[in-house]
Amino acid sequence: MKLQINGEQVEIPEKIQTLKDLLIHLQLQDQVIIAEINKEIISNHKQGETEIKKHDNIELVRFVGGG
Amino acid sequence: MLKIGPYTFSSRLLLGTGKYPDLETQKKAVEASCSEILTFAVRRLNIFVDSQPNFLETLDLKKYTLLPNTAGAKTAEEAVRIAKLAKASGLCDMVKVEVIGCDKTLLPDPVETLKATEELLKEGFIVLPYTSDDVVLARRLQDLGAHAVMPAASPIGSGQGIINPLYLKFIIEQATIPVIVDAGIGSPSDAMIAMELGAEGVLLNTAVAGAKDPVKMAEAMKLAVEAGLLGYEAGRIPKKETAAASSPLEGLSVN
Repeated sequence: MKLQINGEQVEIPEKIQTLKDLLIHLQLQDQVIIAEINKEIISNHKQGETEIKKHDNIELVRFVGGG
Repeated sequence: MLKIGPYTFSSRLLLGTGKYPDLETQKKAVEASCSEILTFAVRRLNIFVDSQPNFLETLDLKKYTLLPNTAGAKTAEEAVRIAKLAKASGLCDMVKVEVIGCDKTLLPDPVETLKATEELLKEGFIVLPYTSDDVVLARRLQDLGAHAVMPAASPIGSGQGIINPLYLKFIIEQATIPVIVDAGIGSPSDAMIAMELGAEGVLLNTAVAGAKDPVKMAEAMKLAVEAGLLGYEAGRIPKKETAAASSPLEGLSVN
């Protein structure tokens, strides 16, 4: 399944169904990652129930050091 | 105690988390500062590189309140989006509104700051806008319902200290919400002066992260903020144009 993640075309296995699956696939499950799918911000507690569809435009952000 | 919206803090030093030489130094500096509020930025991650946990994941989040900033935003709309992304983490509902209006000075855009603050208050955020030292803007933000105002001491990261104490005093004197002096602090004496002027807190980052010994500087800043507050509460003596001897003039019977 083709997705756009942070501006890059990414091919992911078809078995990935939810945002949580995607973060595990990307080995990001131990980090605080916030997602926006097709411009809609997804609360982190809904990552497990949020479905991913092909051609979704996904933005993944996180907290970094800042003042 | 420092009260911001529904929250109460015993530390009045808010610490930024950027630009530390390494994670270990940062961790020790945060501990030495005794800060309870830590600022963060929100950034897109590189999914092919950023697989390692970063500083946030090393923190005990029961001990700290996160204050994400909207750095990077140049419009109210961008600031609101960044704030909503941060809140979606479920880790925070406070936000430092930072909308930069000038790339050279990094001074905030007052109009966009005001708009973003208004929108975020409607959305239920605890809003702490970063502002210039303009008393009129501070009052407008206060009237909107901002939970604190955070005027700059001098340009971000400049270490110039408090370049206009009079203007900061104007803001502090009319404030009904906490005034937290944010940006430009270079040394412990700068932080102390901010507190002696009557600020309720100080937010700094580079002054600690960029010091030769960040851990020692974090402790120095903590002590400076505490000393400044004590000095303010104690009430300093007025400045006089003439000398006044500290020792008694009577009893000089040495002749």
